[in-house]
Amino acid sequence: MSEPLIIRRRLPVGSMGKKANGWWGMLALIATEAALFAYLLFSYFFFDVQYGRGWLPEKLPAFRLSGPNTVILLLSSVAVWWAEREARKGNRARQCLGLAVGLLLGIAFVVIQGFEWADKTFTPFSSSYGSLFFTITGFHMAHVIAGLIVLASLLLWSALGYFDDRRNAPVTIGAIYWHFVDAVWLAVFFSLYVTPHLR
Amino acid sequence: MSATEYERTPAIAEKGYETPLAHDLEAIWESKPGIRGFLSTVDHKEIGIRYLVTSFVFLVLGGIEALVMRLQLAGPNKSLLTPEQYNELFSMHGLTMIFLYALPVLSGFSNYLFPLVLGSRDMAFPRLNAFSYWVYVASGIFMYASLVLGFAPNDGWFSYVPYALKPYNPGPNMDFYALGMIFYGVSTTVGSANFVVTFLRMRAPGMSINRVPILTWGTVTVSFGNLFAVPAVSLAFLMMWADRQFNTHFFTPETGGQPLLWQHLFWMFAHPWVYVVVLPAMGLVSDALPIFCRRPIVGYTVVVLGTITTMVLGFGVWLHHMFATGLPFLALSFFSAASFVITIPSAVAVFAWIATIWTGRPVITTAFLFFAGFIAMFVIGGVSGVMTAAVPADRQLTDTYFVVAHLHYVLIGINLFAVMGALYVWFPKITGRLMSERLGRWNFWLVFVGFNLGFFPMHVTGLMGMPRRIYTYPDGLGWDTLNLITTMGAFVLAIGILLLLINLAISRRGGAPAGPNPWDGPTLEWATPSPPPPYNFPVIPLVASRHPLWEERLGETEAGHSEIHRGPVLADGKEALATTALDAQPDVILKMPEDSYAPFVVTLAMAVAFTGLLLANWWVAGIGGLAILIGSLVWLWPEAALAQKARRPA
Ligand code: HEM
Repeated sequence: MSEPLIIRRRLPVGSMGKKANGWWGMLALIATEAALFAYLLFSYFFFDVQYGRGWLPEKLPAFRLSGPNTVILLLSSVAVWWAEREARKGNRARQCLGLAVGLLLGIAFVVIQGFEWADKTFTPFSSSYGSLFFTITGFHMAHVIAGLIVLASLLLWSALGYFDDRRNAPVTIGAIYWHFVDAVWLAVFFSLYVTPHLR
Repeated sequence: MSATEYERTPAIAEKGYETPLAHDLEAIWESKPGIRGFLSTVDHKEIGIRYLVTSFVFLVLGGIEALVMRLQLAGPNKSLLTPEQYNELFSMHGLTMIFLYALPVLSGFSNYLFPLVLGSRDMAFPRLNAFSYWVYVASGIFMYASLVLGFAPNDGWFSYVPYALKPYNPGPNMDFYALGMIFYGVSTTVGSANFVVTFLRMRAPGMSINRVPILTWGTVTVSFGNLFAVPAVSLAFLMMWADRQFNTHFFTPETGGQPLLWQHLFWMFAHPWVYVVVLPAMGLVSDALPIFCRRPIVGYTVVVLGTITTMVLGFGVWLHHMFATGLPFLALSFFSAASFVITIPSAVAVFAWIATIWTGRPVITTAFLFFAGFIAMFVIGGVSGVMTAAVPADRQLTDTYFVVAHLHYVLIGINLFAVMGALYVWFPKITGRLMSERLGRWNFWLVFVGFNLGFFPMHVTGLMGMPRRIYTYPDGLGWDTLNLITTMGAFVLAIGILLLLINLAISRRGGAPAGPNPWDGPTLEWATPSPPPPYNFPVIPLVASRHPLWEERLGETEAGHSEIHRGPVLADGKEALATTALDAQPDVILKMPEDSYAPFVVTLAMAVAFTGLLLANWWVAGIGGLAILIGSLVWLWPEAALAQKARRPA
């Protein structure tokens, strides 16, 4: 078989969904970011185990704002997922709508999280619990904001007609990042908000 | 053929480096001359060479620091250095060697060689590649600025808290280190992602995962490891900086912090890191040594599995520390414990190399000598490692010169020896010239003798109780002669390394022409001219075995014959072929990015941001941050030329 037969067929050209290197690069980024949050939560539980209940604040983190906020973030993921699906069908209007809804829900999350922060009786400087609480939620906020910039860019690019039913890898790549940010929130929420009530 | 076509069947052509096709490719791929090309190039070969040169600059700097320390310790009660200066020197030496030399030098080889041995035209992310280099340099300069300004880190390379915190260390010394390491971590992370994706996606068609050269296995394994390990140290340093700058309470014991957390986070990273700076070097040897034994390596599969196991264990050892109540174990020298584990799967590699030499027909070149020396040092480092790790009662040895001896046997033996040998092997590929073998012999023997003269006696001084990290010692302890010998050995070693540099400088112009395959090597890089053209391969090779250039003589043709003389042409702009992750079937024709200033500009913006953080000037930091954002947006903006935009006009 000295003829390079296996290449004698049509191959896709350029940035194509999950064949794009960018997709693989995003997976690598997500792996390393996931590790970062694992270390953050590890640090949290390290203190938790060493010090026990006395380390947590008097008033345990409440669900009044954080509960609905979690739902908001999950809904934004659904919107982005839908946008991505419509993108693959080449439906530009729905794709933009989905991204816009995802973006708005994400912004709502940030605002509510701001109120949640303002509500706290401790600060990053008042105790080691405070340092960790604000570092962990702060890191997550930073990722949400990065995600919002991604969603906004995707929305702009979609509106400018950069994508069609086959050329839309950035949407796929950006969407997976957003889902990741949401998944991280679930881990953060569970660790910081739910586990204190379980002990 | 428009830039936004969606599908194509590639044409097939004959390979040739003087054909019209080759000239077209040359025009498409070459970088601009002069400063513009210098700042914007994304050619992996250029970046690889820069990594090599820069890491050698840091090797020389770290070496000079070491020599000054050795002068201070040459005899008792010397006063060349103050205690503080000594602290700064051993800290700078450690962090320079471990971070700024040992990994980057291996990344240099990997960057240069990955696409060539994989039969590709570039790395998966050429711009990210340039970025990782610029960030490496910038973070190195950032950390070295501390030395120039007289505020060098002074708490050892693992900078334990609380000594690293503000009350004990009020100057900016540790801020330089903390921020510098976060900065540096960006380079390692993006570089690692690039190696992983390149390994998975950019192999020549047919180069299934059991046919790739071992050096790529070494690098890809540690790159995977880095993706999971680096965040730990970046986070730890961020916390330290926050404690110092904002009075947060991560590590401060008085206010509910946990000094132990520092050690956990640091070693979660640093345990694997020791393998990170040796496994790719072992990979280089596993590919290069067989060339000089005139046979394939014995036990390809077990060597690869050993590599992966070692990395996995590297994380596991830390866990073991974690669950055992911690402190007493952590107090043990980390290098010893690391070596205890590394000896098990590594013994496999050692046996594979020895069997390869034994059953081969060794050709004694300078490179071969370095690899043989590497194996010998590996064994000594392994034995001393078992000694310190095996018996808990041997706490005697911890924090003595025994540990210093051991860690240098591991790091110099497994890293530097391999690197020097690899230079002799691949320098001809990089420059088209052979290095002088005569100088090479002097180079090897001086390094070998100097190294053993300098570091072997440290085992003894350690056993006699000389602690590490002391700036001087009184006479009458019986350490004097040994220390003098150690210092002399260090200088002989330094002269040996100097000879290497001289050999590199002379041979670059005056060496004998190498031709494409001076050593008659088996892998794809040897099928290109020396130095290779910017596009590497005019037609994409098709691979049917582990040794495409040796398969006829080895009879490795069960799966057919590799085809490197005829193959698909990809020449509609900068193009490369991506293949599937496991069996390397053609998957997509990639559009590769042109040279770009974005990596350099974003690096500058990061340097501004980190300087702002260092000075606690939030305006400067903010401006830097904004510039990073804008730069990244420009970088990632979809481009028609990269086939990221739809064909339909906007
Ligand atoms: C030119 C040859 C070298 C000489 C003469 C040398 C000498 C020394 C000396 C005198 C110390 C300080 C010992 C102490 O006071 O505790 C030291 C520490 C160290 N060296 Fe080297 N060294 C050399 C090369 C290297 C290389 C190539 C590496 C790594 C790749 C390396 C890694 C280290 C590390 C990690 C430390 C520990 C620093 C610390 O205690 O924080 N050295 N070396």
